[in-house]
Amino acid sequence: MSAGMNNARMPRNVQLALAVIALAVLPFMVSAGLGNTWLRVLDFALLYVMLALGLNIVVGFAGLLDLGYIAFYAVGAYVYALLASPHFGLHWPVWAILPLGALAACGFGVVLGAPTLRLRGDYLAIVTLGFGEIVRIFMNNLNAPVNITNGPKGIASIDPIQVGGHALAQPLEIFGVTVPALVLTYYFFLALALLVMLAGLRLQNSRIGRAWAAIREDEMAAKACGINTRNIKLLAFAMGASFGGLAGGLFASFQEFVSPESFSLMESIMVLCMVVLGGMGHIPGVILGALVLTVLPEAFRHGAGPVQQAVFGQVLVDPENLRMLLFGLALVAVMLYRPSGLWPDPRHRQEFNSR
Amino acid sequence: MAAATDHQPLLNVANLQVRYGSIMAVKDISFCVTAGELVCLIGANGAGKTSTLKALARMIPAGGEIHYAGQRIDGLPAYALISQGLALVPEGRGVFSRLTVAENLAMGAYHRHRPDERAAVQEDEARMYVLFPRLAERRRQLAGTLSGGEQQMLAIGRALMGKPQLLLLDEPSMGLAPLLVQTVFDAIRSVAQSGVTILLVEQNARLALTVCSRGYVMESGAITLTDSAENLLADPRVRAAYLGE
Repeated sequence: MSAGMNNARMPRNVQLALAVIALAVLPFMVSAGLGNTWLRVLDFALLYVMLALGLNIVVGFAGLLDLGYIAFYAVGAYVYALLASPHFGLHWPVWAILPLGALAACGFGVVLGAPTLRLRGDYLAIVTLGFGEIVRIFMNNLNAPVNITNGPKGIASIDPIQVGGHALAQPLEIFGVTVPALVLTYYFFLALALLVMLAGLRLQNSRIGRAWAAIREDEMAAKACGINTRNIKLLAFAMGASFGGLAGGLFASFQEFVSPESFSLMESIMVLCMVVLGGMGHIPGVILGALVLTVLPEAFRHGAGPVQQAVFGQVLVDPENLRMLLFGLALVAVMLYRPSGLWPDPRHRQEFNSR
Repeated sequence: MAAATDHQPLLNVANLQVRYGSIMAVKDISFCVTAGELVCLIGANGAGKTSTLKALARMIPAGGEIHYAGQRIDGLPAYALISQGLALVPEGRGVFSRLTVAENLAMGAYHRHRPDERAAVQEDEARMYVLFPRLAERRRQLAGTLSGGEQQMLAIGRALMGKPQLLLLDEPSMGLAPLLVQTVFDAIRSVAQSGVTILLVEQNARLALTVCSRGYVMESGAITLTDSAENLLADPRVRAAYLGE
């Protein structure tokens, strides 16, 4: 309804132009107003947007609870790290490694999915949780007898992304204006995040997307309708995994360092929270969830110390501990007051209200 | 194997067995359905009716042989049956609650996705709204917001969208108000008259026997009685056990 009214007031291409301008100047405003730390947070937020959109395909569209999604992020990150760092002395170009990382993650998705997708609900969740841990532990231990991943020390000095011969880690001068490295990274991540978003939207409204919805709602009825449920579920796993792998490659190049501890169970849970809190299966909601859950904890981290100093004259509780406490409270509040997410699918709300 | 003739039944089930662990839910039953017939499988709760139907639809593993249209189908996966002309309306309806009525019907025609089939699918959708006027009013509504009776109509309509030759109907009267049951059964009768063969599983024996031509009575996993609907309605054993007389 409200979207229709907006359309009447403002033509669609004007809206689009305004959105593009807003997204283009956002990093400059953030960097001027809040500093480079927050610009970095913004870049990370875009990575989480990609991850959440990928997991949304599995959890939101197909209704398969995956608690080990971060494993695919890890696979993408390690593919990038191994092929573009002094570790093996390989320095492949980014346009080759990013798709390769996505493809490798996709392969892992199929390998995990093929034996486990006959399980449902809690059982699937437990198996995927185990898989996530297995991947992390492998990365941790694959330094002997042959050193592949460099173990817990991780892989350092990973090549930054090069676009058109320019490394994104270096500032770029265009028409006398210096664009900082973090802003360049922002643009590159934004472009890919938009691509992932468009792919998600197209998938949702496709024949495959409707088949996912049918499986999510009633698997037996979906089979009776002629849906090859095993293959279609596997496809959801593979698609979600490839988006995770892509984000992983970007993460490795952005950090210029990967180690197994970046891919803990907590990360899987965070991404799942983004999907669930934002609004499962609803792409704008999932993006909002990813942004909120990246920015809020950072705000707590940076804000909790100074606020305590101002109010009590001293820091009573370590901001790091307080951060998790407030985060937990925020989750409980959302579950109580917005049980179908911050920005749920209008369909979900309709059904919820009719009960 | 001999080619299918008019005398061969459309569905021929031989020595069907369903086992849940050590429990035999369906014990070696054999029966058949001829093209154009409306046959029912009646029996009490837990007699194995739903297990039989699920086994026919290849939703659960089963022993024995199932021949459909002269072809053995017990090796086929469940999703391949609809394109062979065999559709299941599952127990408890199984509508896709977060899809609209129109989208649910479209899912029924999932396997008819070639561009040249689009017009025929749209025609069939319009036909469903004639068969079930209630669904036409609720076309854009989410299936999860429909009443039980409307959901049952939708489930039948969705199955019909696959252009089945044989419809397997599981407990269409379950949990419905008496008035709605009549509406649903009127619809079942008109579907049968349009040439679709129906195998109906029902606990409500009286209702089932009034629409069917023939019936099988199932008791603890075995078929104990079979006859024309008329004779079954008059049979003292059936009257005592299922008609409450």
